[in-house]
Amino acid sequence: MTAVWVTIGGLVVTTAVIKAAGPVTVGGRELPRSAYAVIGLLAPALLSALILTDTFAREQELTVDARAAGLACAAVAVLLRAPLLVTVLVAAAGAAGVRAMA
Amino acid sequence: MPSLVAYRDGLRAGIGFAFPAALVGLSFGVIAEPVMGSVAPIVMSAVVFAGAAQFGVTAVLAAGGDAVTAIATGMMLNARFLPMGIAAAPALKGGPLRRALEGQAVVDASWALAARSEKGFDRELLLGATLPQYPAWVAGTAIGVLGGGALGDPEALGLDAIFPAFFLGLLAAELSRPHAPLAALLGGAIAIALTPVLPPGLPVLIASAAAFVGLLGATGARAEAEP
Repeated sequence: MTAVWVTIGGLVVTTAVIKAAGPVTVGGRELPRSAYAVIGLLAPALLSALILTDTFAREQELTVDARAAGLACAAVAVLLRAPLLVTVLVAAAGAAGVRAMA
Repeated sequence: MPSLVAYRDGLRAGIGFAFPAALVGLSFGVIAEPVMGSVAPIVMSAVVFAGAAQFGVTAVLAAGGDAVTAIATGMMLNARFLPMGIAAAPALKGGPLRRALEGQAVVDASWALAARSEKGFDRELLLGATLPQYPAWVAGTAIGVLGGGALGDPEALGLDAIFPAFFLGLLAAELSRPHAPLAALLGGAIAIALTPVLPPGLPVLIASAAAFVGLLGATGARAEAEP
């Protein structure tokens, strides 16, 4: 149980430091124009990376499982312009459905 | 105080994010309770407030890993907040301490919303949108911890599909920007290619390099929107 609380303590400190690092070191300085062109594309690059690793990775292994079905259902919901809450519920239902059939 | 409008817009978007955030928090509570008991998951959600890292450390601890390994894993899963914090920095206010505090409001959904703003990174949108997500995240965790037994296996309910679906919804709103589909494609390819060879978290951090396709040349409309 000690490991859990040490982990929480360590995670609190490191998360706060990582989140504060950019704001404190860059401060209020304006970044060069080219930096904004890069920063504007951080979100799609990072979100896409998170989506694919959360769906197809188990630790360091690549697998296709029920999560992929969930993502496919989410993609259909997004194409139909469903609200975010509907999108996540449809994804859960899709993954659950595939697991129920397996 | 025109910024009050932006806070309100942020709050409104944040309420939309709050329900999915609560569902992800719920799945964290269900998964974490057998690993760390009923108090620790709720405390972790209240003081760490970083979903991917919390899932990551729980997986490490569940597999019998020690605290150092768990913390290192959490740090790697949080590493994307470094470039995200740099992007937010010029918009934040005050001295170093206040900036450090405002930087804590950077969570994926709010940051993506605030970074999309036409007038550069939008501080009020960020803060407004994060506000409803925090209680939703903590309350969702508590419900998952306390009601997890009644819910049954989180995977049977498909709860692990919620996180990527949430991010897909956020990504869809990004894709109309110039070069955004290319950045998404490249970022995804980098993350998948590096997954087998690097510990979890690092592939996502390195995938942020895909944003450099922005240097390929901005369109006129976008250049005008830049400060």
